[in-house]
Amino acid sequence: MASKNADKRYTKDHEWVTLDGDIATVGITDHAQEQLGELVFIELPALERVIAASEACAVVESVKAASDVYAPLAGKIVETNDTIVEDPSIVNSDAEGEGWFFRMELDNTDDFEALMDQDAYDEFLESL
Amino acid sequence: MIENALPDDPTPTPLKTTPLDAWHRRLGARMVPFAGYAMPVQYDLTGELATRCKGGVMAEHLHTRTAAGLFDVSHMGQAKLLGATAAAALERLVPGDILGLKPGRQRYTLLTNEAGGIKDDLMVANLGNETLFLVVNASRKDDDFTHIAATLPAAVTLEPQEERALLALQGPEAAAVLSGLAPEAAQLRFMAVAALTIAGIPCLVSRSGYTGEDGYEISVPATDAEALADALIAHPAVVPAGLGARDSLRLEAGLCLYGNDIDELTTPVEAGLTWVIGKRRKMEWDFPGGLAVRDQLDNGPHRKRVGIRPEGRAPARAQTDIVATDGTAAGTITSGGFGPSLNAPIAMGYVRKDLATDGTPLHVIVRGKPLPAVVAPLPFVPHRYAT
Repeated sequence: MASKNADKRYTKDHEWVTLDGDIATVGITDHAQEQLGELVFIELPALERVIAASEACAVVESVKAASDVYAPLAGKIVETNDTIVEDPSIVNSDAEGEGWFFRMELDNTDDFEALMDQDAYDEFLESL
Repeated sequence: MIENALPDDPTPTPLKTTPLDAWHRRLGARMVPFAGYAMPVQYDLTGELATRCKGGVMAEHLHTRTAAGLFDVSHMGQAKLLGATAAAALERLVPGDILGLKPGRQRYTLLTNEAGGIKDDLMVANLGNETLFLVVNASRKDDDFTHIAATLPAAVTLEPQEERALLALQGPEAAAVLSGLAPEAAQLRFMAVAALTIAGIPCLVSRSGYTGEDGYEISVPATDAEALADALIAHPAVVPAGLGARDSLRLEAGLCLYGNDIDELTTPVEAGLTWVIGKRRKMEWDFPGGLAVRDQLDNGPHRKRVGIRPEGRAPARAQTDIVATDGTAAGTITSGGFGPSLNAPIAMGYVRKDLATDGTPLHVIVRGKPLPAVVAPLPFVPHRYAT
């Protein structure tokens, strides 16, 4: 179980993060997409935007409601997944793979390790 | 990001439950607080039901448009108004022609206040035998019943029906489904009401609903609600559907949600509901706020309820500001979301009279940005009621 997503970290706001060098890939967790239901609209941050940790920087909307997506760490947006803007259902079908939201260049990669690992996130979900 | 996935509900706990509470949970409902009740917002369907519809707001919505959805609306207030002069007594509170409502017929009407504002919208049925049957909104029922009871003459009594559940079977297959259990259901015309025995259970059935589709609302003793719900979903065309789909269906159908689209500060003229004022009532205007409503009808309202279609994919939710193309304030959205049948965002709101014509370009301010939108005719999805 510990090896399942050993390189992935999670936030209490239900974002996931993977790290490649100083580039972090960010999305929402499978739990999040399931709670939100079918997504009908996604707004992603502009390229080059500099964002603080925990800053709202993307929006997901289901039939019923809009929700913010927060930056898990501080940094600069370097790439966005525009295919999920065209087809938000990709996030419902593959939230933690093809349904990634954006990539950011981190200010400090050490912060990555401070986020929850899979076991901690699973424990957090059970506490909800 | 989950915390704000549903609108905050200021309702204090503990929540009341409907007679179908355990039934919903067994079927995989996600329960949310609504008007003081724990209500199913959507279902995660399993087993045989999942082969009909996977569940979720979008799927339940689309299934209701193509087959049939079963909604629990037991949170709504049901009451009998009894007495030889019940209709005359109710006319003191509503603009509708209640004296002219024939036995076996139902009518949509409004409780108005002295300023012509809307205290609630409701259904009134004439059951014959000096009995009217009222269905009012959950969030308003306590106030409504107090308000009605306070004005009644001694010979008329209001009897809230707290031991009854209310189910809505909606969709193009609804008539076939219900007729299979009670053949008389097929004969009911739109807005007709009758006492029918369904699967051995005595029910009060009206051919009406809140989705724009053909369908029925079925009042049933609380103790029989589960048996009735089971009998209805036994038909392969039917799936349970939650409040989420109910809201998107009624918005596509251009129907008002009390508290959003109409309230004490909106009038029937502004809301485009003057058709509820009975022809005879327009001679006397003798309902609460009648003269104010007549005055507004004569001089034109300052604002009107309209349909709005935002361009693009971003929904514009309730409370969104609307501005004219010249940048001046135009109004506010009162209901907005995504229309699954249209695969596009849709909204209703109030705009200045000069901007209320279909096709008028506007902007809606979503997350600080003006997005182009256009005034559109209501309903967004044509009604398909029985004749």
